[in-house]
Amino acid sequence: MEQDLFLSAKNISKYFAGTIALNKVDIDLRKGEVHCLAGMNGCGKSTFIKIISGVYTPEKNALIEFDDASYSKLTPSQAIKEGVQVIFQDLSLFPNLTVAENIGVKQFASSLFAINKRKSQREIAQKVLDELGFTMELDVKVADLSIANRQIIAICRAIANDGKLLVMDEPTASLTRQEVRSLEKVVKTLTKRGITIVFVSHRLEEVLDISDRVTVLRDGVKVGTYPASEMNTQRLGELMTGIKIESSIKEHDYSSKENIIEVRGLTRKDEYSDISFSIKKGEVLGLGGLLGSGRTELATTLFGIHKPDSGEILVKGKPVFFRNHSDAVSQRIGYVSEDRLSLGAIMEQSIADNITVSVLNKISSRRIGVVRSKSEREQIKHWIKELSIKIGFETEPISTLSGGNQQKVMLAKWLATDPELLILDSPTVGVDVSAKASIYALVDKLASAGMSILMISDEVPELYYNCDRVLHMKDGKLIGEYAPREIEEHKLMEIIND
Amino acid sequence: MIKNLFNRMEFLIGIVILILIVVMAFGSASFFTVQNLMYQLDAYSGDIIFAMGLLVVLIAGGIDISFMATASASVYIAAKLSLIYHIENPILALACISVSAIAFGLINAFFIYNMKMVSIIVTISMQSVIFGLLMYFTDGRLIYDLPEWWVEPTNLYTFGSSGNLYSITVPIMVLALCIALTIFILNKTSLGKQVYALGGNQEAAHRIGINVGVLHYFAYGYMGFMAGIAGFVQSYRNSEINPSALVGKELDILAAVVLGGASLTGGKGSVIGTILGISLIAIIKNGLNLAGVSSYSFDIIIGLCILVAITITHIHERKKKLS
Repeated sequence: MEQDLFLSAKNISKYFAGTIALNKVDIDLRKGEVHCLAGMNGCGKSTFIKIISGVYTPEKNALIEFDDASYSKLTPSQAIKEGVQVIFQDLSLFPNLTVAENIGVKQFASSLFAINKRKSQREIAQKVLDELGFTMELDVKVADLSIANRQIIAICRAIANDGKLLVMDEPTASLTRQEVRSLEKVVKTLTKRGITIVFVSHRLEEVLDISDRVTVLRDGVKVGTYPASEMNTQRLGELMTGIKIESSIKEHDYSSKENIIEVRGLTRKDEYSDISFSIKKGEVLGLGGLLGSGRTELATTLFGIHKPDSGEILVKGKPVFFRNHSDAVSQRIGYVSEDRLSLGAIMEQSIADNITVSVLNKISSRRIGVVRSKSEREQIKHWIKELSIKIGFETEPISTLSGGNQQKVMLAKWLATDPELLILDSPTVGVDVSAKASIYALVDKLASAGMSILMISDEVPELYYNCDRVLHMKDGKLIGEYAPREIEEHKLMEIIND
Repeated sequence: MIKNLFNRMEFLIGIVILILIVVMAFGSASFFTVQNLMYQLDAYSGDIIFAMGLLVVLIAGGIDISFMATASASVYIAAKLSLIYHIENPILALACISVSAIAFGLINAFFIYNMKMVSIIVTISMQSVIFGLLMYFTDGRLIYDLPEWWVEPTNLYTFGSSGNLYSITVPIMVLALCIALTIFILNKTSLGKQVYALGGNQEAAHRIGINVGVLHYFAYGYMGFMAGIAGFVQSYRNSEINPSALVGKELDILAAVVLGGASLTGGKGSVIGTILGISLIAIIKNGLNLAGVSSYSFDIIIGLCILVAITITHIHERKKKLS
């Protein structure tokens, strides 16, 4: 094995009941590099991670080499001994325990009958925090920390457990842009210490920003390993999907069209103030700005969840007052939440029930509210086909679907109400490239058919390529309006991200 | 630091208890006496021991409804065996109680951990089965002719001057041992920390290499053990074994433990809080008793107290989350 490699995996295959999850993949991980694994859902990247962390056993003739040892398969404890630490997307922390107990978890997790060494646990935690340059109170419960700080705890724990290779699964999915930046700094500190980072993310932009090299997997086969500096998001997307992605900006001018919704001087204390804009029929309006700029609060006001303190909302020219969200629904407004997991989807319930939950009154008999199962089935069939949602059985819980397909079910739920204005709050969070493309195509199709869409997003390119106009929100105020056809992508990105 | 203190359920309940004690001390001369304290400790020893076991199960993220049935059955079995084989040795009888009570707990753990069943369903069913079997085989007959050591009130230590003599009774001694053991396990050993970790996030506990199965068996086994001991204490205090005396009071204990800050979703709770939770209810009952309030109104007042306490902490927690 070469000198500067931490791990060299050769000829890694994995079959599951006849399907090939990984097919003779070779991946080298250098000491102190940030190596990104890119690929769509089901491309084999999770399988690879599980093989190098000992969760799965690879097929015969595999070789996993470290500096001083080589294995044909790893057990979880061998993987940990070699310094492989996985930071799962859910972070796997103990919210009821303190910072020190979480970081120094090894102190009590390794044996049952030992007297607690509270002092040495605190010392270990403090040492790791110091080494990585964090300050954090040791006795605070993890439940009281922000997601970003919890991530730091998870990283510290991995280092405290002698991690030399940190695998981070979607580490940025729930972070704000500023938090992502500070995570990038942490990653730099780690790599300087010779720690190797393997990074899995759907956000291609970040992937390229943060990584030294990118390995692309597609359908269980390695497409190649590339220096990140020679990549751009478009090329990476193409390698991942195998499809040439074309993106074009919108050229229409909607200013002469009818207003579907208009807001004037909308204000809600501490959240946003003096917001005025309108959305035309068939127009896609983008709303950009950093997390915490008041975007989501504005959107939920338009959907009747929160009430404005002052200002008015006009639907097709008539002032309306929403007492709650069902008032908004009856004005034909739909809202796909940014937080699919906790707000949008009813995870344990079936795909079918998730689609029809918003239209129960439509498919029930008027008088007694019993659901007519025939019209329910028709609705479900229609939307599954219309949005090409990939499912096994519609009776399975929605939690069994991939992120992209879950999001499509959420869209179906609202499209079933036949809205005139659809609010999409971060519609592609946690969704892979190909599902993203199909959501964009759907947005385009809906708008062409006359639906107005308000699209909120963290990702400027997403707004740039899908919206007719983009509003910039900052600290609760609208501070700019841009038409993609009049501005360049990177300029818009600089404006919104600063 | 002081702010932290205020955020703790234990602290809030402690304050309420202090206020109550002051109020009641003024109301009744016999309330605020060592005599009354020792008597109450003796009377509630069984409840607190049950609560110690339940606390461990709740922290581990489970629940147990079967412990009263476990207590009744294991004590009955031990007493019957002692009578049939003329065993006069307390150690043997206590060992028999412990073994059978722990065995019931382990059966719970088997269904909950190995069969992946929901703990509340398993333990409700187990309660029915154990209690049903007990009533079937005993026809509900009481046992009066217990061995002498089992029923003879023994004062282990007496203090105070003549005229005002206070005694440490066997139940109080056993209670102290059970509390000490539970505090030791939960706070001082890695086993205890692992129980908290399990209740906080089972998946994470598994991933970090904690033996989740062993912890389930420990938690329900410990619950069983405490139930057996508590059952013995109850029978000792009553000088008889009534197979149907305990079953039905599970939820009282559960409510007291939750009142003391344990969470039904796991990962939270402390021995001190649990003792305070039971004390609060005991003090209210005792105070009402001394004040001559009709015992029928007890349930109403205690139910309301629990509702108020839990509502206050809930609002408190929510505020903390929002801030």
